[in-house]
Amino acid sequence: MDGVTRQAYPVDPKSAVGKLPRPAQFVDVLVVGAGPAGIAAALAAAGEGRSVMLVDEHPVSAAMAGLDVPYLFGGRATPALGNQARMIEQIAGAMPGLDDAFEAGIEVALNTSIWGMWVAGPGLQVLPCAVAGLATEDRSWLCGFGRAVIATGARDLVLSFAGSDQPGVLGAQALHALLTRYDAFAGRVVSILGSGRLALETALRALDKGLTVAALIEVCDAPQGPAELVAEVAARGVAIRCGAVPLMAETNVDGVVALRIIPVAGGTVERIACDTVCLALGLVPQIELLDTLGAPITLDRDRGGYVPVCDATGQTPIDAIRVAGDCAGVAEPGGLDYRMTWMRALLDTGGNDALACTCEEVTRGDVFALHQPRYLGPESEAMAARDLAGLLADGPPDHDQMKRLTRVSMGPCQGRRCREQVAMLLAIGARDDIGIVNRAGFRAPVRPLSLAALAAPDDEAGRDGWDVWFGIVAQWVPYDEIGTPREADYIAGDMHL
Amino acid sequence: MNLTRESGAAVVIIGAGVTGLSAAWWLARDGVDVLVLDKGVIGYEASSRNGGGATHYQSPLFHEEQRLWPLMDELLGYPTEHRPERIVIAMNEAQMARYKRMQGILAGLGYRADLLDPQQVRDAVPLAGDRHIGGVHIRTGGQANPQRTVQAYAWAAQDHGARIMQHTPALGIEMAHGRAVGVRTRNGVIGCDQLIVAAGPQSGTLLRGIGIDLPVAPARAEMIVTEALPLMPCGGVDGNGLYGRQTLRGNLAYGGGWHEWMDELPLHGALPRPSTPVLQHIALRIAQMLPKAAHARMIRSWAGIVENTPDGRPVLDRPANPGNVTIATMSSVGFGLSPATGHALRDLVVDGRCSFADIDKLSLRRFDGLDPDWRRIQGWVTPATHQASVPA
Ligand SMILES: Cc1cc2nc3c(=O)[nH]c(=O)nc-3n(C[C@H](O)[C@H](O)[C@H](O)COP(=O)(O)OP(=O)(O)OC[C@H]3O[C@@H](n4cnc5c(N)ncnc54)[C@H](O)[C@@H]3O)c2cc1C
Repeated sequence: MDGVTRQAYPVDPKSAVGKLPRPAQFVDVLVVGAGPAGIAAALAAAGEGRSVMLVDEHPVSAAMAGLDVPYLFGGRATPALGNQARMIEQIAGAMPGLDDAFEAGIEVALNTSIWGMWVAGPGLQVLPCAVAGLATEDRSWLCGFGRAVIATGARDLVLSFAGSDQPGVLGAQALHALLTRYDAFAGRVVSILGSGRLALETALRALDKGLTVAALIEVCDAPQGPAELVAEVAARGVAIRCGAVPLMAETNVDGVVALRIIPVAGGTVERIACDTVCLALGLVPQIELLDTLGAPITLDRDRGGYVPVCDATGQTPIDAIRVAGDCAGVAEPGGLDYRMTWMRALLDTGGNDALACTCEEVTRGDVFALHQPRYLGPESEAMAARDLAGLLADGPPDHDQMKRLTRVSMGPCQGRRCREQVAMLLAIGARDDIGIVNRAGFRAPVRPLSLAALAAPDDEAGRDGWDVWFGIVAQWVPYDEIGTPREADYIAGDMHL
Repeated sequence: MNLTRESGAAVVIIGAGVTGLSAAWWLARDGVDVLVLDKGVIGYEASSRNGGGATHYQSPLFHEEQRLWPLMDELLGYPTEHRPERIVIAMNEAQMARYKRMQGILAGLGYRADLLDPQQVRDAVPLAGDRHIGGVHIRTGGQANPQRTVQAYAWAAQDHGARIMQHTPALGIEMAHGRAVGVRTRNGVIGCDQLIVAAGPQSGTLLRGIGIDLPVAPARAEMIVTEALPLMPCGGVDGNGLYGRQTLRGNLAYGGGWHEWMDELPLHGALPRPSTPVLQHIALRIAQMLPKAAHARMIRSWAGIVENTPDGRPVLDRPANPGNVTIATMSSVGFGLSPATGHALRDLVVDGRCSFADIDKLSLRRFDGLDPDWRRIQGWVTPATHQASVPA
């Protein structure tokens, strides 16, 4: 068919065509994350004469930190976090290399999160250019970009035990950020879970900052990290308790007051006084934006789990998108097996009652038994007879399906506190490898922002061609009127829902 | 023909969405040997991605929809989270006029719906503010949790002996002697005496393979969800150009607005269904309609793909030729009606006609002679197709 004939046909006025105009703001290169990798990428792009915007969500608001987004802050930030202006200054001063970025004329947006990114592609042809959604705590806007470097780093791996949902249990990334960038850590005495490089470095940093490290707790029989770090930690008087896992965190109104640990092989419970328990068992690449972009993701057992598919330069199969730094993978040989060893030991010692999902209060046992959420009340007989094993007889474990049935991973933290653990529980339930579990994806907004903040400007453009559904008038003509003279009235009256 | 359970089933259903699963449940509880195939996990497409609304006055199945929903938890044995009634809030005169006409139609069908003044809206909807101009309280209809409902159908059907094969895409329909005799899969042919094609957007592709022209166009539509808020007395609150509800857990789940037409979808493999910046416009409309929820955090969004026929009406039909194939597309409005749809499909397969409603006007015959270029003529083409058609 030739172009002229085609033009005679209309565009569906209720469709998305023409509704998402090019954003007013546009940059050649958008860099997400102002860690070392992001800053290097931004400087390189600026050096090529491109317009560059470098965005970082830190300092996050106290509310966001309260939801453990993006790290497991565990309620151990000082009230200083509430003073946003002060925090922005603090962070800007504490991020190495940020000065260079300012000097290179790079537009730097701190305290700004990116909640979605899109490029035109299958199912989304309507975009006029690649687009990112940006937001502060009370406002959002869109920015077009030519290409982007995603350098969002890694977040905390969270495994649970009794009391781990209480204030004082945080992650290594959160502790690092609060100690070095925010200068706003409220604890004094820390017990650290793990003895790999991450745990050992966390211990040394904590000591350097004047904290007391009560102990490192390691599930395996021997410390896992490099010998020189193990020696350094020992030289500074910190014991590594091997062959043990936390049984429970003892808490009062302020949160953790002690950690009780139990030997994996059985034996007596030991009480370690501390106000903070730091999970340092591994890091998880932050791939949320790659998911909203539809970029392919793959499981890499030695690099922290799910990572974007990319080449040695970080180029993804999407032309406009490159990844850099820890979000592309965090080297951790044998990491997934190590995590699984922890998971099994926590399950063996702590049982099914610990929460798998803090937001929705779903226990590990609820996952295995496929319990319906408590708001539905007592289960019917048929429902009570269903369990995870039965579901798995019909197909491989699927995290999305579990979300739907048990509401696990469905809360405001957007599953950050439970994803990895739930996937491990599903693998355990299936008596199979973690690789067979169908991963739950991330969708926009990848930060839990308020409706008020996310709302588009209230203008005429948003009303243009808006309809509840497709706006097909014939669809809503009452059945009995179809084929009668009155049908035309319905159509002419545009009567539809 | 009498098929053994190894090689097939008396009735094979392609597509484990609400349509196919409800049909399977209705057939199985009648003792029919039925097997459902899906390319992926049950209900993973539109059937778990919709608003959960169940108030479809336009449908010949409306009365059956209204009769069945209050009974479904009991009948299925599993929870659907069905809640009755719906309140529609108007923010302006144009919306109010539309909702009033809906009230009139419902009254004509014998269902009660009351007009609400602004104060009555506030009394009934704690999250409402003071910018609305009125509303309609529909005393029938309601909503359910699509994800739980899909699983409930599947389990209930299994409890009655139905078999469900997930991750088994149908690659084609096998014909012999003028009848459908099986469904081609990666693991061989699954035989059938009767076939129901309820594969959503892919039904068109599968049926074309046996010379049946089912005109459907796929499109993507999206929804958002907030964190949980205190439960309102009636969960079925929508309006202001949105459909949706407050879930029984307390989350607000709404959709509406611009859709994107898509090209024909593959029979297997992952589908592209991103949610997009349209969510900002949905957020705005929720915040206008329920200002006391404006602080609530949006925690998810998603998109689903539905198919539409040229007039937007379902095709529920068992054409004379080949005679043992029943076609089921709900044309983008099929969740709420699903309890009734399954009943109608059971009737078509077992008795050859629907026992409880006249569904003749939903037959495929109405599209005889349709211009093959109908998608272009209606403007239902992909943005890229549209762009290519505009001369430079
Ligand atoms: C955002 C959104 C909101 C909606 N809101 C509402 C609402 O409020 N109320 C309402 O009533 N309706 C609503 N709908 C419409 C409703 O969801 C659909 O009409 C309904 O789910 C259709 O069900 P189905 O079983 O016919 O099709 P589908 O759910 O599309 O199921 C078809 C199944 O077939 C499978 N399949 C496809 N190809 C193959 C193959 N080759 N082999 C094997 N299996 C295959 C698919 O995997 C799928 O599971 C909404 C839809 C969307 C997307």
